[in-house]
Amino acid sequence: MNPRARLWLVAIGGAGLAALLAAACLRLPRFGGGHHPYGDRAVRAALSRHTANTIASVNFDQRAFDTMGEMAILFAAVLGCVVLLRQARDEHRGRPRPAEVAAPVRRYALAVLPVALVTGLYVVAHGQLSPGGGFQGGVVAATALHLMYLGADYAALERVRPLEAFEAGDALAASAYLVLGLAGVLAGTGFLANALLPYGTFNTLSSAGTVPLLNAAIGMEVACAVVVLLARFLDQAVEIEEESGK
Amino acid sequence: MHVLPYLTAAYVFVVGCYGLATSRNLIHAVGCLAVCQSATYVLLLAVGYRDGGTAPVFSDLRPGSRPVADPVVQALTLTDIVVGATVTALLLALVVQISKRHGTVDPDELRELRG
Repeated sequence: MNPRARLWLVAIGGAGLAALLAAACLRLPRFGGGHHPYGDRAVRAALSRHTANTIASVNFDQRAFDTMGEMAILFAAVLGCVVLLRQARDEHRGRPRPAEVAAPVRRYALAVLPVALVTGLYVVAHGQLSPGGGFQGGVVAATALHLMYLGADYAALERVRPLEAFEAGDALAASAYLVLGLAGVLAGTGFLANALLPYGTFNTLSSAGTVPLLNAAIGMEVACAVVVLLARFLDQAVEIEEESGK
Repeated sequence: MHVLPYLTAAYVFVVGCYGLATSRNLIHAVGCLAVCQSATYVLLLAVGYRDGGTAPVFSDLRPGSRPVADPVVQALTLTDIVVGATVTALLLALVVQISKRHGTVDPDELRELRG
């Protein structure tokens, strides 16, 4: 099909899609309306289990099984990237060249690194109390490590980032989530049922039953996954070269 | 006026689709897919909004004192973002391999299958 005919096809199909979407928008409930039956029930359930952050309660208590599926997607995507971005037979691994970094960049990156790391861990630990949780905090913690790459060079990043440990950590965190679910089965309550631990005092770190534990598992999983993913992409850019000497 | 947020989501989605269909670069196409996906964030958050509402976090809010936004769609948006990021990473990994094996990232030049 030539580009011109294709553009016409896209225009006709897109116009139809846009018309249908607009018609659907007109029939949706009023924006800002007060009728949210699922939301109201989710808030009630979260408060009854002493979870201040309702979204953490939805993700790690009421929909904990779905979050396990989501974690499996993340795990599978990391596995796929590791397989796709491996070193091929006709490639070799060069040594990363030391890089010159401007002194202010280096100072700032190295000063911010520990702050960013602690912020990530804080966000994971307070997932049941304030906005945040394992997914968000894991990403913050993993990107904090990569300030080492900005502030120093790739060899320095590789020293603070033993990749095998992070790959093992990814798998360990995924199995920790499963084990926490199975612990409920063994205790006779149900898979991921959040009836295992006492709900604690509302609005304290140890509230919400198993939510903080699942949050920690997801935080570790996400941090390890992001580190492994970025490592594979950075390897492609920095270390792996084709044999022809390109 | 009350349909404007929904129409914004539809507009973002259609713009992303247009970019996907006319893309001449696979990296650009992956970016367009991310644009399509962000339309779902706008739609979900628009569905969950409530007039005068605040975040459904009760660490500094007495339960029942104010209306709160729908937490279910916010949790769904979080799921959406995570899945979107992983899918983007996987697609970019595929693009890296395509660029190495075929020497191009223009989808129009990728006609034949090659082992």
